[in-house]
Amino acid sequence: MNLTLKIWRQKDATSPGAFVTYEAKEVLADMSFLEMLDVVNEGLLARGEDPIAFDSDCREGICGMCSLVINGVPHGGHRGTATCQLHMRHFKDGQTVNIEPWRARAFPIIKDLVTNRSAFDRIIQAGGFVSVNTGGAPDGNAIPVPKDAAESAMDAAACIGCGACVATCKNASAMLFVAAKVSHLNLLPQGQAEKHRRALSMVRQMDLEGFGNCTVTGACEVVCPKEISLSFIAKMNRDYGVGALREMTHGQ
Amino acid sequence: MNSPLDSRTPSGPLAQKWDKHKFDLKLINPANKRKFDILVVGSGLAGASAAASLAELGYQVKCFCFQDSPRRAHSIAAQGGINAAKNYQNDSDSVYRLFYDTIKGGDFRSREANVYRLAQVSANIIDQCVAQGVPFAREYGGLLANRSFGGAQVSRTFYARGQTGQQLLLGAYQALCRQIAAGTVHMFPRTEMLDLVVIDGHAKGLVVRDLLTGQISSHAGDAVVLATGGYANVFFLSTNAKGCNVTATWRAYKKGAFLANPCYTQIHPTCIPVSGEHQSKLTLMSESLRNDGRVWVPRRKEDVAKPPASIPESDRDYFLERKYPSYGNLAPRDISSRAAKEVCDEGRGVGPGGRGVYLDFSDALQRLGKKVIIERYGNLFDMYERITGENPLLVPMRIYPAAHYTMGGSWVNYDLMSNLPGLFVLGEANFSDHGANRLGASALMQGLADGYFVLPYTIGEYFASAKRARPSPSHPEFKKCEESVQASINRLLAIKGRRTATSLHRELGRLLWEKCGMARNEAGLNEALRRIPELRQEFWSNLSLPGTNGELNQALEYAGRVADFMEFAELLCLDALHRRESCGGHFREEFQTPDGEAKRDDEHFAYVAAWEYQGPNQPPLLHKEPLVYEELHLSTRSYK
Repeated sequence: MNLTLKIWRQKDATSPGAFVTYEAKEVLADMSFLEMLDVVNEGLLARGEDPIAFDSDCREGICGMCSLVINGVPHGGHRGTATCQLHMRHFKDGQTVNIEPWRARAFPIIKDLVTNRSAFDRIIQAGGFVSVNTGGAPDGNAIPVPKDAAESAMDAAACIGCGACVATCKNASAMLFVAAKVSHLNLLPQGQAEKHRRALSMVRQMDLEGFGNCTVTGACEVVCPKEISLSFIAKMNRDYGVGALREMTHGQ
Repeated sequence: MNSPLDSRTPSGPLAQKWDKHKFDLKLINPANKRKFDILVVGSGLAGASAAASLAELGYQVKCFCFQDSPRRAHSIAAQGGINAAKNYQNDSDSVYRLFYDTIKGGDFRSREANVYRLAQVSANIIDQCVAQGVPFAREYGGLLANRSFGGAQVSRTFYARGQTGQQLLLGAYQALCRQIAAGTVHMFPRTEMLDLVVIDGHAKGLVVRDLLTGQISSHAGDAVVLATGGYANVFFLSTNAKGCNVTATWRAYKKGAFLANPCYTQIHPTCIPVSGEHQSKLTLMSESLRNDGRVWVPRRKEDVAKPPASIPESDRDYFLERKYPSYGNLAPRDISSRAAKEVCDEGRGVGPGGRGVYLDFSDALQRLGKKVIIERYGNLFDMYERITGENPLLVPMRIYPAAHYTMGGSWVNYDLMSNLPGLFVLGEANFSDHGANRLGASALMQGLADGYFVLPYTIGEYFASAKRARPSPSHPEFKKCEESVQASINRLLAIKGRRTATSLHRELGRLLWEKCGMARNEAGLNEALRRIPELRQEFWSNLSLPGTNGELNQALEYAGRVADFMEFAELLCLDALHRRESCGGHFREEFQTPDGEAKRDDEHFAYVAAWEYQGPNQPPLLHKEPLVYEELHLSTRSYK
């Protein structure tokens, strides 16, 4: 099939960007979306033109590095699918496809389709861990974890940190990401000691990074390639609320 | 003796070596640890666990990764699980059995003492990860669940759905983040190591490139730790992430750090077959699927194009179960891959090009029901369907072997230190624990063992005994290395040819896959050795590379990595040619038993081949570290 691509090109963080039109010829149904872009880039390189910069690494939907808004939807709008796992059989011959970077104040554009998502790392640094040093851990079976708690924690821990939730949100809120990270640890017995502190510090860091507020539209859940549930936001709000109350009454 | 290949394996009974060694290792006073700067390259399981653990001990750490975040390192893609000798299943597992299985799985080409230590610390890894909040699978009683993996007859693999690598990496990454917040680790994402700085024979620094600005800078340290993964991408198509490369260990090699056993490459049996020319990478389907899936091809060539469901049981060949009845579908990776290649070579392969075998779940679906199968493998089935458009609940999967992991790597001694003092190499980047073939679920174990439980003990010995001051960043060697890095970047940008790095890399990969892949022979290897320099010449004279150094230039990053693969490939083939025996993943067609199994030559090849760089266009020098088996007898591997 042949496609018309309208791709956001931007030289660097400070230059203005614009859509540039490219023709993608003889695209095969078995190609992944990124392989289709690889072929377009090969064409540009062969002509000595600057290839389109985009992030990707594992190309099997787990590292979270790929990040394109395709026809207005982060990762292209197929349930539970990251861009690298999106295949061209879902497109039609002659179709026009718009490709943009994540757009959010907290994810500044670096070049073309590449953005800076280091805000997510700083949110984890604020408290997204269990404070245990290497060595001295008790036997793995010393603390039983009920199967449903373990499964629920795993549901949250499946987050790949891609940022699609932010990109799709009209407020550019990072609540789904932060809720997934907080809930993963707060649902497990190992995370209890720092439960409230964790929720408070991570949410505060999120605010510092310039993400917007959550108005619970649920758009994030729809585009999440790991289908993280909105209910984790409720869980985090509860931990945050209790933490904030405790802080007011006892001080941290 | 002070041979460059002194493994420093401690004396005494095998089971006591590590404890004895830990006691003998010199210590650094807690107050003095902060005076040492350690440069860690790579933030996967080995790098992140090492950086976090060293910082917790009080060292000052700088950690570098080329991804935009340390959480994205390729360890994240490991699906199936991590082995540990916990014996939670009461099925007669033990440290000794894990040690034995790993040595046997590696076809008796690994260092006994290293493997025993790995098995010993495996149990601590699980404890550590559980304490960090890694959400391992649990039984209803709340205790940890296990499953089986290839090459083992016990159930010792711990897992977190099909995302074990991701969850273990998040554990290590979170520990790393805690240290970054504490100011003990300084993290440098989107930064690539381009040279190792060696001063007076000791590794004392790095030259790195900031991938966003192109700025070349150097860092001085008291020790350098490479945890930079494997080189399977030399085959172009592999299950590795696009960014995986050999650059760090290759450039260290050119500074004097020996590379050992590069010909030990692992071809994983269960990957989604290649669909076309455009293919950028291959996707693994976890080995855990072989717990419930049965591998087969039609008995007769004429049936390969028929719909699988129309082929009756009597016309199917469950070739792994037939050839290896005691391990069946869970035979080790090298053996399963070769068996699949064999049936496809006979013309009985299925799917496009006849390069595929079925992995069929219909028996398991009947036995266990759809719900259980989806619970176990749901995400893998989804992934398969996204890529191929077929649902494995309805039609059998098609799979074929693909390059996946590399057992070879930088030579290290028992302390994980290279022959270059001050340079430590961990995880897949070193050669030490898997011999000629790695068992499933052992890569995660080794990466974390090295980072959490080995290096934090052994690095102090180097500091205490070497007693060398950290060089000043103004030492002329740094400037010299920076200039040479800048010069090679300029050289790449000045070629202005017509071929892309991808097309050259693809050509190199195809050559290696054919001549130095699942089966190798002398004529093929000689041909590869003739063609690689030609291809390298083509690369350096006809590369098309736009843009400049002073910006985010992904084509430039990639071209630099391909340039190193073009050199490394030659060493890989040379090693494969010199090893005139078959062992594990290294299968030389000239050396096989009458029934087609690998035939080792212990008399002549029971050694580690460590290659020393001798300068451009000079043949490398071979050093041999004899493999001394004090505990086990070298025996023929059998999975029948």
